[in-house]
Amino acid sequence: MAGLIDWLTTPQTIFVLGVTMLIFLALQISAAVMVYAERKVAAFMQQRYGPYLVGPKGLLQPVADIVKLIFKEELKPKAADTLLFSAAPIISAIAAFTAFAPVPIGPATTLGGWLPEPMSPVIADINVAVLVIFAVTSMGVYGIVLAGWASNSKYALLGGLRSSAQMISYELAYGMALATIVMLAGSLSLREIVDNQAGYWFGVIPRWHIFAMFPTGLIAFLIFGTAGVAETNRAPFDFPEAEQELVAGYHTEYSSMRFALFFLAEYINMVTVAAVVTNLFLGGWHGPLLPESWGIVWFLVKLSVLCFIYLWLRWTLPRLRYDQLMAFGWKLLLPAATVNLLVSAAGVLYFGL
Amino acid sequence: MAFDQLLFYGFASVAVLGGLLVIGQRNPIYSVLAIIVSFFGLSGLYILLEAPFVAVVQIIIYAGAIMVLFLFVVMLLNVPREDAAEWDRTHPFYRPWPMRIGGVLAAAMIVQLIWAFSRTAGLVQGVGDQRPAVSAVSELGRKLFTDYMFAFEVTSILIIIAMVGAVVLARKREF
Repeated sequence: MAGLIDWLTTPQTIFVLGVTMLIFLALQISAAVMVYAERKVAAFMQQRYGPYLVGPKGLLQPVADIVKLIFKEELKPKAADTLLFSAAPIISAIAAFTAFAPVPIGPATTLGGWLPEPMSPVIADINVAVLVIFAVTSMGVYGIVLAGWASNSKYALLGGLRSSAQMISYELAYGMALATIVMLAGSLSLREIVDNQAGYWFGVIPRWHIFAMFPTGLIAFLIFGTAGVAETNRAPFDFPEAEQELVAGYHTEYSSMRFALFFLAEYINMVTVAAVVTNLFLGGWHGPLLPESWGIVWFLVKLSVLCFIYLWLRWTLPRLRYDQLMAFGWKLLLPAATVNLLVSAAGVLYFGL
Repeated sequence: MAFDQLLFYGFASVAVLGGLLVIGQRNPIYSVLAIIVSFFGLSGLYILLEAPFVAVVQIIIYAGAIMVLFLFVVMLLNVPREDAAEWDRTHPFYRPWPMRIGGVLAAAMIVQLIWAFSRTAGLVQGVGDQRPAVSAVSELGRKLFTDYMFAFEVTSILIIIAMVGAVVLARKREF
């Protein structure tokens, strides 16, 4: 018992627990912020005001939304499968939170000498981090598919089926683009991949993977970003919930907090994909001007820009047709990703990177 | 009991119970989910064996890709709960001869397992002592493309044949 207390009070343990709590809270808050940002950005693009009544500039609107969701009645269709109907939103939310666990958010730090050796601010510093993220995000599809099936409703089932087909199709291109970067960096650990992007080429171009071995890095970035939008089921790939065709898709029958969990999972997934793209392609916490120890600022700036692009896409592009989605994924994205992978493999061999 | 051992028994029981649930109840969707739980137990065991790459790949390929396809098919066909009485009466496996052959095969498998276990020296070691020969991903890749090159290439040809076969079987006959 004394050993346990000793272990719990070492600076390292406190640091990891602190980072875990911080990221957990930050993810929840980021979901609320994203809801507000989405409504404001949508309003701006459609020349409206958006939410402006609750709090200054409508800033407290997410709080009002959450209160509304908590106090709504929890409905369940009579013919639904009770166990899976309740489990589906929980699976979605757990997968969304877990996917962030191996993502480092800043450079290794000793917190001003408090820690005996520098530690990376990450929940779990795994040496196969990239693959873990890939595995956990692919678990998220179960939440959606089971929600569709357990609701015992036509629209929900169609939404769930579409979602599984879409996620399987885009996972391939996603994985290929990921493999390209793993090869350029020569590591599966996100911390090492980010450290590989420190410094400059010719003193001006940052050594980010997006600029690496032009144009393969850029192509991998575009493919990864597109597949990432599809993986998170965001417009223009929001087929699982296509409102005009499927009412609300997989969450047609959900209300109250169960619905809120799906919503939470969607926004957290967006933030996770943005964080992963930042780390893989945009140099993570490396950037000019600021000193190295302020890296988290650069990380957050890049993350916010990517999140804004997500919203921008949604309110600019119309939804694809279902056959266009499949043709785009299989006939354009996957072959392009494969060729890109082969070219960069040849490049890595030739230049001996 | 060491912490390692505790984890081993935890993950092993998850894997075995998941496997039993796959055949132990009659709702196909629950069977699919039970086998996914079983895969997670196996993946935990791989991590205990210090093979995190194999553990993650197990989740990506089996739990993430193959079982999604299973679930997809089960949902698409919308298979109802199996009716036990109907099943007992009509299923071909419930005739006397298939049951006898099945019994003999099961007995043969048990004998084989006992024979294999009794000859494996590594079993008497504790879980923590069985360090795998390869654990790093690069090391694994190097082994695959040198020592096990032939098996690796033959497997890929086999997979391509299976894929082509699936496409041929699935397309409409227009010739």
